[in-house]
Amino acid sequence: MSRLKLMYFSWVRERIGRAEEEIEVPAEVATVADLVRWLKGRGEEYAHAFESEGIVRAAVDRVHARPDAPIAQAREVAFFPPMTGG
Amino acid sequence: MKPLTETKPRIAIQREDFSIAAEVEALLRGRHDLGAVVTFTGLCRDEGGRLEALELEHYPGMAEAEIARVAAEASARWSLAGVTVIHRYGEIRPGENIVLVVTAAEHRRAAFEAAEFLMDFLKTRAPFWKRERLSGGAFGEWVAAKEEDDTAAARWCKG
Repeated sequence: MSRLKLMYFSWVRERIGRAEEEIEVPAEVATVADLVRWLKGRGEEYAHAFESEGIVRAAVDRVHARPDAPIAQAREVAFFPPMTGG
Repeated sequence: MKPLTETKPRIAIQREDFSIAAEVEALLRGRHDLGAVVTFTGLCRDEGGRLEALELEHYPGMAEAEIARVAAEASARWSLAGVTVIHRYGEIRPGENIVLVVTAAEHRRAAFEAAEFLMDFLKTRAPFWKRERLSGGAFGEWVAAKEEDDTAAARWCKG
């Protein structure tokens, strides 16, 4: 188990119902994609936030990350929709 | 020829408005070796009277870091004397500024191209999300990302 800070933005935050949380993640959750799968099993709000595969983006320790990015050393993982700044 | 001295990029994420003139002046102060400065300002539109404001959410910490990475990439590609990027968050009303990019260089091509590159990558990589607030005060939708923005960013990666 490792302790991870999760952050959510925009409609991902609204669907999950909180902006951030600290959770214990089992060791077998090795990548961003594993984490998404594991979160989806935790409750309807997560299933709703991640319902469309490939839409929600991730950042590991504040750097954009692909689904296969490892999270073993990560302290902070964020999930958000495609960006609309500028 | 002496290489161009590049000052550290100035990157600011702020609620308040900015002064385009003051930012240009700060970037050019004391320099007599520059022939070009380009400024791009992104504004909030009212979408034909439909919008009362935009609410911009951002990821504090990552927004600064990601823009710094894009600015470093621009500096690696073009010979630039300086780069300034300011991005606002919070409530922004039609007619108000959202984002400023300033690039200074010896010649115009580098300044123009770098400014466009910075904007293309800011749109697709900087962690900001716009939500509409409609005339009358109700919250509208989160603005959807445009495919044309991804296409615009991708064209810098060819060849």
